Parts: sequence; structure tokens; C-alpha cells
Amino acid sequence: MEYLLTLMTFLPLLGALVVLALPRDNANLVRWTALASTIPGLLLGVWLFENFDRSVGTMQFVERHEWIPAFNVQYLMGVDGLSVSMLLLTVLLSPLCVLASWNIEKGVKGYFALFLLLETGMLGVFAALDFFLFYIFWELMLLPMYFLIGIWGGPRREYAAIKFFLYTLIGSVLMLVAMLALYFANTPHTFDLLVLMERAPTYARGFQAWAWIALFIGFAIKIPAFPFHTWLPDAHVEAPTAISVILAGVLLKMGTYGILRICYPIFPLATLQYAFWSLAALGCWNIVYGALCAMAQKDMKSLVAYSSISHMGYVMLGMATLTPQGMNGAVLQMFNHGTVTAMLFLLVGVIYDRAHHRNIDGFGGLASVMPVYTGFVTIAFFAALGLPGLSAFISEVLVLMGTWEYSKPVAIVAASAVVLTAGYMLWMLQRVWLGPVNEKYAALPDLSWREIVTLAPLAVIVVVLGVYPHAVLDLFGPTLVTLGNTVSSAVPAAAQAVLR
Amino acid sequence: MDLANVESLAYHVPELVLAGGSVALLLLDLFTPMKARLGEAAMLIVAVAVFAAGYGPGVEQGYLFNRMVALDSFATFFKFLLGFSALATIWMSTGSRELDGEHPGEYYSILLAGTLGMFYMASATNLLMAYLALEFVSLTSYVLAGFLRHRARGAEAALKYLIYGGVASGAMLYGFSLLYALTGTLDFVELGHKLAAVAAVHANAPILFIAVALSLAGIGYKIAMVPFHQWSPDVYEGAPLPITAYLAVASKAAGMALLIRFFYPALSSAAGDGTWTALHGLPWPALMSVVAMVTMTVGNLTALRQQNVKRLLAYSSIAHAGYMLMGFVVLSDSGLRAILFYTVVYYLMNLGAFAVLMLVVNQTGREDIEAFRGLAWRGGAPAAIAMLIFLFSLAGLPPFAGFIGKAYLFAAVVEQKMWLLAFVAAANSVVALYYYARVVRSMFLDQPLAGDPEIAVDTSNGVLIGMLLAGTLVFGLWWTPVVNFADRSLVFFGN
Repeated sequence: MEYLLTLMTFLPLLGALVVLALPRDNANLVRWTALASTIPGLLLGVWLFENFDRSVGTMQFVERHEWIPAFNVQYLMGVDGLSVSMLLLTVLLSPLCVLASWNIEKGVKGYFALFLLLETGMLGVFAALDFFLFYIFWELMLLPMYFLIGIWGGPRREYAAIKFFLYTLIGSVLMLVAMLALYFANTPHTFDLLVLMERAPTYARGFQAWAWIALFIGFAIKIPAFPFHTWLPDAHVEAPTAISVILAGVLLKMGTYGILRICYPIFPLATLQYAFWSLAALGCWNIVYGALCAMAQKDMKSLVAYSSISHMGYVMLGMATLTPQGMNGAVLQMFNHGTVTAMLFLLVGVIYDRAHHRNIDGFGGLASVMPVYTGFVTIAFFAALGLPGLSAFISEVLVLMGTWEYSKPVAIVAASAVVLTAGYMLWMLQRVWLGPVNEKYAALPDLSWREIVTLAPLAVIVVVLGVYPHAVLDLFGPTLVTLGNTVSSAVPAAAQAVLR
Repeated sequence: MDLANVESLAYHVPELVLAGGSVALLLLDLFTPMKARLGEAAMLIVAVAVFAAGYGPGVEQGYLFNRMVALDSFATFFKFLLGFSALATIWMSTGSRELDGEHPGEYYSILLAGTLGMFYMASATNLLMAYLALEFVSLTSYVLAGFLRHRARGAEAALKYLIYGGVASGAMLYGFSLLYALTGTLDFVELGHKLAAVAAVHANAPILFIAVALSLAGIGYKIAMVPFHQWSPDVYEGAPLPITAYLAVASKAAGMALLIRFFYPALSSAAGDGTWTALHGLPWPALMSVVAMVTMTVGNLTALRQQNVKRLLAYSSIAHAGYMLMGFVVLSDSGLRAILFYTVVYYLMNLGAFAVLMLVVNQTGREDIEAFRGLAWRGGAPAAIAMLIFLFSLAGLPPFAGFIGKAYLFAAVVEQKMWLLAFVAAANSVVALYYYARVVRSMFLDQPLAGDPEIAVDTSNGVLIGMLLAGTLVFGLWWTPVVNFADRSLVFFGN
């Protein structure tokens, strides 16, 4: 399995080319081909899950090839616990999203080709260990995303697509400048992230400070952290269901992944210096602000979108603490949010396909009309609000435990926000699924087999991880311990207290 | 090696081929019945010239015609680039509907003459030769820009070009005469030595500053650098489309070549470790970095509002001149390498965008963004996808060649720690994406209106676009040959 990561990353691209070569008029053939192109990735993911060495926090399955010697750019791929969990999330969601896109009728070939290109971009970001390669994959996702939202999206799709594009690009160009500065800060010049990490103690303080901020802004736009979040509700609401799932499930994680992969180990000093304000305080504000905004939404999809902002706040908060609980909670929350929000968007998509609107006040009593559907809704909603026994509870508790050790006032604010989450989730549940049946929608059909197949794996994962979180926690435990130590040991303990 | 007039001729084959070819085309037009094949003949002539530039008798580094022009790998690089630009332009011209039946003999003859002038711009090492080359290029460009005499905008373009050009070259000539008065020499390298002596005695002498600023006017006008750029949008709009592409790519590259050849040996001294130091008391790099920032910002902000795609590309090419100047002001080998690299990818992506635009203009007769409406959905998907790649490459997005070009320019700036320039350029890339995306949006996101014609890709244009596209894609992922070529081409006098 020498080329495992390469295969995983580029098989979808191959699939995209095959899809493009298919005849235009046979839409079903295109759909099945797209589905078939995502399956090998999933199988390789399962193999990776089985064979990944959980006892060490170092890079595994490393592939290193020369690419452009004149610029010292390498084709360098590899995974540690952090990237493995994100790769698994991506390969898991991709086939489900293809299934969820089954009813796309317009430009089917283009849609699936772009979707598969997007998958290559996402997997590449999580597997790349050369900064230049990482950047190319990072930008590679912009293009398909722009078209997937812009062509197949809702009424305001053009605005949403360009807004997403421009916001991300602002972050990218900042990242580009910081990346090049980092390249020249080492002799010999290199983009090799592993080398850049090793040399971490040699970077000047001033350089660390501004480069960290430039990179952070780039990643914060993706998370999205307040005040860079305004692209998200537009993009999520306008995007077709499957693309919302990918956006919330995978793309948002790239922001936090980037911070953990690049900012943390390469600029530990700056991380310590800025972690409180940029991650803990901002994360806490994300939690509260996102929840309050979600509460005010009239559209189910934008409610879910704002809930994402709120939930990503936990990831930021957990990362900031640098404690084992907090960091493990943060990465677990990245994974859990990926599955739970994916379910939420899929569920909203189901009702939108049937009723062609998503007004929270336009329904009522769906529980008795669509019982199977409501079953899934209940699991997803209770997972989202952090009910014990379901996956998100574990990660949120871990984050809050870490935060309590780190800063009690922040922990208290963040913990209280759980009430807000329960508030908007239950309130939506009550207005849409409970109460008297809205006669207009009394005859809606329940879930089809395709929809059940899409939702069931996620529901199973949500339940299993609620009971046995170690299935995923074990993957990244050692990695995060190493990472946390790297950062905390950057300055002596006494200085740490001052910084905090 | 320093050759006198007669011995030089043996090393001067490309220029002789172009000069002879230019005359031959006129004669062929007059005396033979091959009017319809003149384009192919012109391409053959240029191809021979390019071949001669690469494989003809050459020397590693030498002066020809008593130090009037240089023969070095820097000149060869630009001769290749300019030759290929001329080839693509002629190729486009043969497939252009605007130019049907418009005196092909004169057209191709003048185009070849213009290319000859650009060859000299890239190799001149003497103020007088530089002036002659520049003026020669300008004169041919005026005629080509106004070639569609019956079109009011064409006439306007030519006249505007002429007036601006006249003023600019006048200013430049005055600047050159001041430099001559200060030093008593016209040779770039000698000028460098003598100016250093002058500057050492009279630091911050205003006369030196004025002389340089005036000299800059003529070259700055050729590369459409702010504040000498006002002619370009009108000229680009009024000129026949292949000529617009030619001016945007070839003329700009030749201008950059002359700019480097003049400023580096004459106004700075090589430190020997791949960097230069500007002339003492004359902070032209600071001045030029302000110019670079203003140029890219003005170009991009103005492009935002354009409805005509030709004008949009014109303003975008002003912005690209600004990007290229980033490599110019850092005074390092990596900056020059970045410029050379960028000219290659710029050639590919900008000519490509113009080639697709020409397809649309040929079949709709319109140049505005609306002409692209729903292009992908009305049978023009291949053209639309090609245009998408060219435009996003111009915007500097990976995995296209434009990104690599931009990465090298940024790298050169970051290496010298010129943060302000780096961040202004970064902000500009975001602005630029917005207007390129407007065309993309029109092609893909908007639905075609009933009655919009289908855009078919004919073989000739298809092959041209295909080749440019291949370059844009391949060099985006594997650019070792280009960067090695650029590296080898950094040899010029005074370096």
C-alpha cells in the first residue's frame, strides 16, 4: 500500500474524467459511475482505519517524490491521527453525497465531474505534507465549489457563489504570502511541512507573530470564525443539499485542520500568545453568537447553517486550551459535527424536495405523516443539542472539561450556551414535527430507500460514537498529545501563566 | 566578443529573415496570385526567424554592430517569445472575420516589421538603438491599430495611439539627451559606470532624476504602465482583435525586456551574488514599486466596471504589467527570473483568452460580456471551458500556469521582504478574480437567451486554442522546463 494516499486522492479525479467521457443522455449511467468512483476511496479508508498504527503520533504512509527541484517543491503526502480522521470523514460523506444528489437533473455530467474533482481537492488537503501542494489542493476546491453553488444552487446562487469564492480567496492570498515568507525563513528554502515544524524554534518572534495572523485569517474564514462568517449562511442556504453537506461536513473542518496542522506546530510561540483571544474568546463568541442567530432563523437550512457556526466554536475553544481533553474534544467535535450536520442538511433536503420550501412555520405535525423520517430527525437533533449517549455529547463535554481547566469564565459561558442550542433545536422540532398536522402536507411520502441508505450510516455512527467514542478518539490521541506538548513547551511554564 | 558591422551580419540571421520576409510578402502580394496564402507564408517566415534565433550561429555573449545590439541568451529568450507571439497573432489573423479582405499583404508585412522592431528592443544596448527600435515598433503599431480604416473606433484608436506615442517618445528622447549630456556616452554599460561617478559627486541631483523619469516615459508607455497607460483601453478596443492580443503580449514583453536591459546595467550595479544595488542617490526601485502598486490597482479597479470584454482584458493587462514590475523592483535574479517566467505564462493565457474572444466576436459580432451569456449551455461548452481556464489562470488560481507565474513574482518580493508590495498585490488578486469571474459567470451561470447563436469552434482556431490551453495546464503542474529556460536566459550585459 505504498501509494495508498495517492490512490485515495486521485481515484475520484479519474472518476471525474470517466464521467466526462460518458454519453450525455444517459443520466443514470453518470450517477452510478460517480457513485462507483467514490466507493474505492471509502474502501481504502476502511483499510486505512484498520491498518493505521494508533500507538504513535508520527506521520504514516508517507510518500515523497521530487516535483519541481528548482523551487524545492515536493509531492509529499502522509497522515497522522489528525489527518486520518478527516480523510475518513471525507471518504464517508462523499458516496452519501452522491446518493443525495441523485435527483439533480440539470447538467448531470458536469455536476458529478465537479463533485469528484472537489473530493480530490479535499482529500489532497488532508493528505498533503508539502505546503505548496497543500495550497494547490486548497485552491483546487474553490473552482468546483464555485460552480456547484453557482449553477445548481437556489435563487440567490450567483451572489452566494462569488461571495464564497472571494472570501476564501482573501484568506488564500494571505496564506500564500505567509507560506512564501516561511519558505525563505529556512535555508535551504523548503515547503516541507515536517522540516518547517522541526525548525519551529528558530523563527523570529516578530515573524511568527504576523505570519500566524495571516495564516489564521486564511483558516478562520473557512471555519468560519466571527467576523469572517458572513459567507457561510449565503453559501449554505443557496447550495444544493449534497454541497451543503460537503461544505459543513468537510470544508469547515479545513479551517481548524489548517490551524492544527500548520499554525500550531510551526508557530508554537505565536499560538500560545494568541490562542486565548483568537481561538478561545472568538470560539466562545462563535458558540453564543451562532446559537442566537440560529434561534432567529425562519428557514430550516439557515438555522442549520448558523448552528454550524456555533458548533465550530467548540472546536476552536477546545483547540485553544491545549489540554489533552480539550484538544481531543476539538478533533472529535470536528468529526462529530461532520456527521451530525451532514444528517441535518440531508434531512432538510428531504423535506425541501417534497414541499419545495423550508419555512419553519410552514409545517406542523410531520411526525405523524413521516414517521421514519422523524426517527432520523430525532437522532440528528438530539445529537446536535448534545444529548448524552449520542456522539456530539462526548466531544462537547471533553471540550468543556478542557476549558474548565483552562479558564473558568469561558467554560461557564460556553456551557451555558448549550441551553441556547437545545432551545433552537427543540423549538424547530416542535414547530415542524409536532403539533397539529398541516393539511397541506398530510400526504407527503415517507423516506425512499435511497434516502434511508443515505441517512442510516450516519445515524449508526452518531449512536456508536456516543457509546464508544474510542473508535475515533484512539486514532488521534497520540498525535494530539505530541502537538499539545510541542506548543506548550515552546515557553517555560511561568511565562505561560503570564501569557494567559 | 565585439563585432563590427560586416562580421555581425552572420549572427544577425533572425532579423535579416524578418526584414527580408517583410519585403517579400509585399512583393508576393503584388506579383503572385497567392493573396489567400499570405498568412501561412508570414508564419513560415517567422518560424524560420525563431529557428534561426535558437539554432543559428550564435555566441554565448557578444556585441554586434559596434555595440549597438547584444547577442546573449536574454535576447534569445525574448526573440523566442516575440516570435511565438507573432506566430500566434498571424494564426489568429488568418481566422479573424474582421480582417477578411483587408489588404493582407500590407498587414502581414507590417506585422513582421513590427516584430523585427521588437527583436531590436529586446537586444538594444545603446540609447540610440533603443530609441530607434521603440519608435519603429510604435510606427508599425499605429498602422496596425488603425488597420480597419472604415471603423470609426479604429481610426480613433490609431490617432490616440499616435498622439500619446508621440508625446511619450519625445519625452524619452529628451531624457536620453540629458543622460548623454551628463555622461557623454550612449552605451548602457558605460552609462552605468559614468552615472555612478556622477551620482557619487552630485548625490540626489534633480537632473539625474528628471532624466530617468523622462526616459521611463517612453518605455512605460509601451508596457502600459500607470500613468502612461491611458491610450491602451481605447487602442485595445479599436484595434483588430489579433492586433490587440499582439500589443498586449508582444509589445509588453519587448517593453519589459528593454526596461530591464536599460535600468539594470545603467542605473544599478551588480553585487555579484544575484542581486543589484540601485544607483547611489537615485531610489528608482522605491519609485517603481509605487508605480507597480498603482499600476496593478488602477488596472484592476477600472477593469471592474468594464462591459466590453476587450476593454476588460485591456485593463487587466495593465494590471498584469503592474504584477510584472514586482519582479523588476526587487533587484534580484529571482525577480528577473519571475518576470521571464511570467511573460511565458502570460503569453499562453492572455493570447488564449483573446483567441476565445475572437471566436465569439467572429460569430456574434459583439465584444460585450452579454455576448458570452450562457455560452456553456448553447453548444459552446469547449470554448467556454477553455475561456474559464484562461481567465482563472490570469486570476492566478492553481492548478493553472498563471498561479505559478504569480507565485514566483510573490516569492521574489517576499524574499526581499517588501511586505507592502506583497500585500497590495495579494489584495489585487482578489479584486481581479471578481471581474474575471463576471465573464465566467456569464458563460456558465447565466442561461442563454433565445436567439443567441451557437458558438462553434473551427479547426484552425481550435488547434491554436488547444495548444495554448495545453501550455496553461501543463506548466501549471510541471514547470521545470520553463523555469530552467528562464534561468538560463538571465545572461545579459552589465549582469
